[in-house]
Amino acid sequence: MEKSNKGVKLVGFWVSPFVQRVKWGMKLKGIEYDYIEEDIFNKSPLLSQLNPLTGKVPVLVHDGNPLPESAIILEYLDERWPHAPLLPLDPYERAQARFWARFVEEKILESTRLAALRSEGEIQEREVKLAIEHLEKMEEKLGGKSRFFFGDDTIGYVDLMMGFVAYILPVWEEITAVRILDAARFPNLAAWKNNFLNHPVIKDDLPSKDEMLTYFQWRRKVNLKKI
Amino acid sequence: MATSSVKLLGARQSPFVNRVVMALLMKSINYELVEMNPYLKPELLIKTNPVHKKIPVLLHGDRPICESLIIVQYIDEAWTNGPSILPTDPYDCAIARFWAAFFDDKIREAEGEDAKELVLEKIFEAFVLLEEAFINCSKGKAFFGGDSVGYLDIVVGSFVVYIRVAEMMNGIKILDETKTPRLVGWAERLYSDSSLKDVLMDPQLLLEQLKRFQAMMSEAASD
Repeated sequence: MEKSNKGVKLVGFWVSPFVQRVKWGMKLKGIEYDYIEEDIFNKSPLLSQLNPLTGKVPVLVHDGNPLPESAIILEYLDERWPHAPLLPLDPYERAQARFWARFVEEKILESTRLAALRSEGEIQEREVKLAIEHLEKMEEKLGGKSRFFFGDDTIGYVDLMMGFVAYILPVWEEITAVRILDAARFPNLAAWKNNFLNHPVIKDDLPSKDEMLTYFQWRRKVNLKKI
Repeated sequence: MATSSVKLLGARQSPFVNRVVMALLMKSINYELVEMNPYLKPELLIKTNPVHKKIPVLLHGDRPICESLIIVQYIDEAWTNGPSILPTDPYDCAIARFWAAFFDDKIREAEGEDAKELVLEKIFEAFVLLEEAFINCSKGKAFFGGDSVGYLDIVVGSFVVYIRVAEMMNGIKILDETKTPRLVGWAERLYSDSSLKDVLMDPQLLLEQLKRFQAMMSEAASD
């Protein structure tokens, strides 16, 4: 059997939304690769060797060259495999995409993760409030006109960066009994979530909800004992 | 695109603004610097950068682009004549982006520290790791970008003047001949024979400006 382009490896962890983005990116571009599952609580020498600076997943290895950081990996995939582009082609649109990707990462991911996994009481309330404020900006961005971000009918960079909102945030909301993404308050985001989860590349490649529930419940318990 | 006006909202004391100045210089782009003090929350800044209300903001025609790293990449992509700022090889480009993001994370961490010793420690840590980055990226040549300046030279180079000022004010060494020898050499080359030397700020001048600013603040406080 012919093996195509196995010069690509992805080191990941099953539940990491950062790894998941890269998997989606690879699938959208039809890139074949070897996947190496890493237990991040019991890291192998391979991971320390590939990403000595932070020891985090994902790490892409292409022709022996390692590259960490999901956002940077996605841009790299776009440059190496330019078909089915993830980022817009116009420089101004690209700048916008990069801006919102960073906003998603630094504001939305931060606040939702803190609220769900690392806080309770007043601090949690504050983070939930912040998360809602930040999501309002994404709601506005969607404008209710297009299926995905940036007036597009195809999934792109910002959709992938936002992806965790579609499939992990509901799990987080369940374990903490907080409501962040209320469909009534965020109709555009609710529609986007639906479009996203029903996309052929996305829907067949998500971790099991039960396994995610168990995992994140455990993480929350561990993190709160530290507070 | 080439005929639209270019305005840069910011202040020359900001290293983030200086990154953009350097990129504009590299591409020989004519622009107008619109002096802006972000602490005063000027209307134009709020309008063009409503999310973060920070400088720099590049206005190309009437379209705003925010965040220094994003602006530099935009300049590289929108003006295709002139030297490339980012490496042309996709892997080298990705690695440059990685180190730029890493450096900015460290700056953010340092800004988050209250104690001065911790701020300086974080910055020193960052430069020790950047020494490694320099070895990888320069591949034995003069700059992060190789024979001539590139993305990382701009990203990190804009901070050298602040490092020098911090060294002078605290009597310490951050760029150190024993711990970061290659970066010491790189900083000297940046200031003496790079295409950017005319826009890099003079540390002594910045120190004097900061001292005057501090004096002004304490005078205002004692009124």
